[in-house]
Amino acid sequence: MATKTTKTKEESVVLNNYESVIIFTPVLSEEQLKDAVAKYRKLITDNGGELIHEENWGLTKLAYPIQKKSTGFYHIYEYKAPASFVSTFELAFRRDERIMRFLSTVLDKHAIHYNVRKRNGEFNQGKNSPKQQEAKK
Amino acid sequence: MAKPQNKYTGSSVFNTTPDATQRKKYCRFKKNGIKYIDYKDANFLLKFVNDQGKILPRRLTGTSLKYQRKISQAVKRARHIAVLPFTGDMIK
Repeated sequence: MATKTTKTKEESVVLNNYESVIIFTPVLSEEQLKDAVAKYRKLITDNGGELIHEENWGLTKLAYPIQKKSTGFYHIYEYKAPASFVSTFELAFRRDERIMRFLSTVLDKHAIHYNVRKRNGEFNQGKNSPKQQEAKK
Repeated sequence: MAKPQNKYTGSSVFNTTPDATQRKKYCRFKKNGIKYIDYKDANFLLKFVNDQGKILPRRLTGTSLKYQRKISQAVKRARHIAVLPFTGDMIK
């Protein structure tokens, strides 16, 4: 949750809640995907962020082709980070050829609450939900 | 005489013709206490788009303005991450 803002940056860094959805190309092998995912996980923690939750949808069909590919690996990071971090994070995405598409959003209090409830499995809607995919494994 | 088909929905989901048995519309978010609309949940968002993938107007769905804004934001995000199509025929 957002805390008080101070005038000097170094004194206390405000951490906001964010969520980034990344679509990796389907041409990656399982290990390459793991490497890529680990790389961004590390990037979050190295820049004063704090990883809250991760989700992997696995190979998922896209609603429309992106870069002439009809599937992609979806990966979702939920994290706390200072506001300046998002631009560095997204810059890294843009430079990475393995990533076809990404979307970062700020989470408000309702979204955080929703994500917590979702993690606890309070609702089970959506055939595409990661919970059911985890159950498959 | 043929019944005029609804321009947006094509059919079923929302009862839009002011026929005899029309119930009053209500905002499902206010009624059910839903505060956040997940843009990753395609099945849920499909209720708010027509067969072509266009966002349904609030006059058909009964959604309050506050949540209509959130729906439109969520649908647009979903389109960006290829969870929903931008356009298509019979997407449901």
